[in-house]
Amino acid sequence: MSVGESIRRVDALDKVTGRAKYTDDLADKCVLVAKILHSNIAHGIVKKIDTSAAEAIEGVVKIVTCFDVPPYRFPTAGHPWSTDPHHQDVQDRVLLTQHVRFYGDDVAAVIAENEVAASQAVRAIQVEYEELPFVLDAQRAMEPDAPLLHEAYPNNILGHTNIRKGDYEAAIKEPGLIKVEGWYETPTVQHCHIENNISYAYQEGQRITVVASTQIPHIVRRIVGQALGIPWGDVRIIKPYIGGGFGNKQDALYEPLCAFLCTQVGGRCVKLDVSREETFVSNRVRHGIRSHIISYLRPDGSFAARKLECFSNQGAYASHGHGIAAKGMGAFPQLYPCDNLECDAYSVFTNRPVAGAMRGYGIPQAMFANESHIDDICRVLQMDPIEFRRKNMMPVGYVDGFSKNENYVDSLGQCIEKGKEYIDYDRKREEYAKDTGPVRRGIGMAIFWYNTAVWPISLETSSCRMVLNQDGSIQLQMGETEIGQGSDTAFAQMAAETLGIPVEQVHIISSQDTDLTPFGLGSYASRQTYVGGFAIRQTALLMKQRIQQYASEMTRVAPFDIDIVDGNILRTTDGRVLMTLGDLATEAIYSLTHSQHITSESTYQIKNNAYSFGCGFAEVEVDIPLCKVRILNIINVHDCGRLINPALAEAQVHGGMSMGIGFGMSEQLLFDEKTGKTLNDNLLDYKLSTTMDHPDLVARFVENFEPTSAYGTKSLGEPPAVPGAPALRNAILHATGVAVNTLPLNPHTLFAQFKEEGLL
Amino acid sequence: MYDIKALYEATSVKHAVELLQAHPEAKVLAGGSDVLVQMREGKLAGKELVSIYRLDALRGVSLDADGTIRIGSLTSFSHITQSPIIRQHLNVLGEAVDMVGGPQVRNIGTIGGNTCNGVTSADSGSTLVAYDAVMQVEGPEGVRLIPIAEWYVGAGRVSLRPGELQTAILVPLQKYQGYKGHYIKYAMRNAMDIATTGCSVNVKLSADKKTIEDVRMAYGVAGPVPMRAPAAEAFAKGKPALEETIQGFGEAALGDVNPRNSWRASREFRLHLAQELSKRALRETIRLSGGVV
Repeated sequence: MSVGESIRRVDALDKVTGRAKYTDDLADKCVLVAKILHSNIAHGIVKKIDTSAAEAIEGVVKIVTCFDVPPYRFPTAGHPWSTDPHHQDVQDRVLLTQHVRFYGDDVAAVIAENEVAASQAVRAIQVEYEELPFVLDAQRAMEPDAPLLHEAYPNNILGHTNIRKGDYEAAIKEPGLIKVEGWYETPTVQHCHIENNISYAYQEGQRITVVASTQIPHIVRRIVGQALGIPWGDVRIIKPYIGGGFGNKQDALYEPLCAFLCTQVGGRCVKLDVSREETFVSNRVRHGIRSHIISYLRPDGSFAARKLECFSNQGAYASHGHGIAAKGMGAFPQLYPCDNLECDAYSVFTNRPVAGAMRGYGIPQAMFANESHIDDICRVLQMDPIEFRRKNMMPVGYVDGFSKNENYVDSLGQCIEKGKEYIDYDRKREEYAKDTGPVRRGIGMAIFWYNTAVWPISLETSSCRMVLNQDGSIQLQMGETEIGQGSDTAFAQMAAETLGIPVEQVHIISSQDTDLTPFGLGSYASRQTYVGGFAIRQTALLMKQRIQQYASEMTRVAPFDIDIVDGNILRTTDGRVLMTLGDLATEAIYSLTHSQHITSESTYQIKNNAYSFGCGFAEVEVDIPLCKVRILNIINVHDCGRLINPALAEAQVHGGMSMGIGFGMSEQLLFDEKTGKTLNDNLLDYKLSTTMDHPDLVARFVENFEPTSAYGTKSLGEPPAVPGAPALRNAILHATGVAVNTLPLNPHTLFAQFKEEGLL
Repeated sequence: MYDIKALYEATSVKHAVELLQAHPEAKVLAGGSDVLVQMREGKLAGKELVSIYRLDALRGVSLDADGTIRIGSLTSFSHITQSPIIRQHLNVLGEAVDMVGGPQVRNIGTIGGNTCNGVTSADSGSTLVAYDAVMQVEGPEGVRLIPIAEWYVGAGRVSLRPGELQTAILVPLQKYQGYKGHYIKYAMRNAMDIATTGCSVNVKLSADKKTIEDVRMAYGVAGPVPMRAPAAEAFAKGKPALEETIQGFGEAALGDVNPRNSWRASREFRLHLAQELSKRALRETIRLSGGVV
């Protein structure tokens, strides 16, 4: 048995001793260095670029501008390709652009012998622009007179979808209804993974190899091919260890440009390592979403009708497109079912940094709006927030018509119970309600909706390869990627479990190389333990069959009476150990009568999906005159099915909670209204929270094995980042009576609102 | 990789002064936690540097015969915090510089650098201003002593002449004897942050601990440079160490500050903080001095 055990991460020692190799560790010593010139205007057309002064700088090898790149438009989103043109991602990028759409867009690139020469040359390039008016706010961008970013998208609307159920207009006429309405706004934040996006590329023959810090090597292969207009098979992507991604690296970032630059210097090795400032501005950010919710309630606390409008700030390019806003909206009718609904979601282009995937994919924004609104309702109805949720939240037996996801057991209720007990909710809720001084305490909570992977919106597939070594150990290869979350360890545990061998005998190959690794889509959508599990189990069973067959040949025991337990070949009828798997493997390879290299490989297409629910509780102390909040206690409770590795699951939740605290309390990218420039593109001015801003992070689980899953597990990658912000907001509401509807809940926001409501 | 035009390594203060005279455009490099950051950002790219980092004579905290506390300009923040002399006589300074950045920056960053870059948010700045510290500089014309009130000329500018180097920061006996100080760094994070507003207060109570014999307060980020709060000080001096005085002190402080409206914080919020922090800091210094409020 190895599934369910908190074994040490397979990469732990290499990572803590510094032996683990990341992209920059692997780059050739004689690598050329590339740097990008970004626009210093928010919207305009490049008229002329003068590179003469830059070219004169010693060490500069080549300068490539937006006038020199191939004309191919390509999509960047890390989605599976669709062979149906109607479902393909929007192809709106070129490698370097003449039409600049945000402050920080990519205009030219320098290749030099070293970083200093490259930086000097970037500063020496002169660009002449024809400036155009720009727009930063999503709703403003929808107005008829707003500047247009992309000809093909009138009113800057990239996507608009809606949900209609029952008859909202008729339903709100029911007598005696109570109306609760609110606007809720989440900021633009960035992933802030430790390792910035980096890649290097070199050519051998006609083929280009790109080594890159990406979550999605097989997808990047396709996108590099599309961007350069070359066969996809001419591209090889290698992904070594990476220092986090959180969705930013679920896009092709600068891998296509790096590959192209390499072709411009005769295939010499070119490295493109972006700075933190570029990561903030010119990679991807989380969509800021403004949500408007109206609920009509009966006095007994049941919903009569509900309305949702959300406006998602897409920034300058489509990236993941409308998927984020649509996913957020999709949760709305499911978490609190209601018979009469009108929901509309808009993704709107603006001249801001490009929004893409980020941990939670629209759900942190949606749950902040939803769960804040629920506490607003409770305040109006004078109901306890937990009681209200229990009454209205998704019931057991609920099945979503589209995904066929089913709420098999009362996950939400069980999670609430566990969190409530841990934090002593009822007592504190009552006690803190009496606080009246300048420093007050409060307690709040939020539940959340999540699901696993992307089926049925997109393809879900996973492939696995296992190779038996002479000593009975195996190599395990997956297209699914380790990005710090611990998936390699979980995969090794799954393989060991099904094969019946100790986990130490599973050698997982961490790196993906699209020339060698079976096809997989990569790390996103909290999918990997779920979808990877199917491929691992199927492939392990195939291998086991081959081993049983070979053991049968050697022993004349029927294959169906043979099992593998703890690395031994057993006769199941009496439990006798026939030999070790190592003995069998040695014989199989070196046999003079029947030599066989035992391997297995298979693909599993997953046509299921699973809900993954939970909740968060937060206890705060608000110093009203200082406009500061101290988090006293915070807990997340998740039902992600069976825990493959409880210690790693806990660590995953801790990381997500930290992200939730940052999203709730302090993080926010700021933009200059006059120029569109990102004001705080660095880790000093962008207030990522530190350990000193956290209390002990507490993670608890409810383990209802997921019936559709190969190992009983389901998503845990993204959900931990979801409930923190609304739970903190509701705790501050409880402490002060002030409902803050704009994130982050930092002193600036609190000062303005405390003043407005007379607390200061 | 840093874009450094040339690096000159000084072997003595005299040599450093010669190097600065020979290379008038050069920047002084001490711990590098500010200069190298600006160089990386491009602001100081391509500059010459005169490194004084190896001048160990400029490191350490000592007491002069007349009781003056002498802090060598190259003393790191963490060494200041750990210094027994600072702990005994000027604990607030050790506490203030212990709020700079994180441990790594506090190990490399120096108090000389923190005061010579002339920034208003420097965590050492407001406390040194509140204690009327004296800057010792050495240059072609020898040693000069500059009262800190004349040190800060404007945002990012100090009264160093060409070829001059700050070598020590002095706090005279009468400025600290009998005083207790408290510094509040108000920032958006509890670590790795820059002050939104900093407030440093020190008081000397009467023997019976009932009267404020003297009080000095200085702010960071309440104006372009660290600045004293004369109106608030005048209000509280000689008054009883009571809550009423504390409230009046906070109100009077509003007349002393002139913060900026910026994207980092609104003027209104900074004014609010100036008042709130001054009260809290005064209350704490009275408590530290044995008073009861």
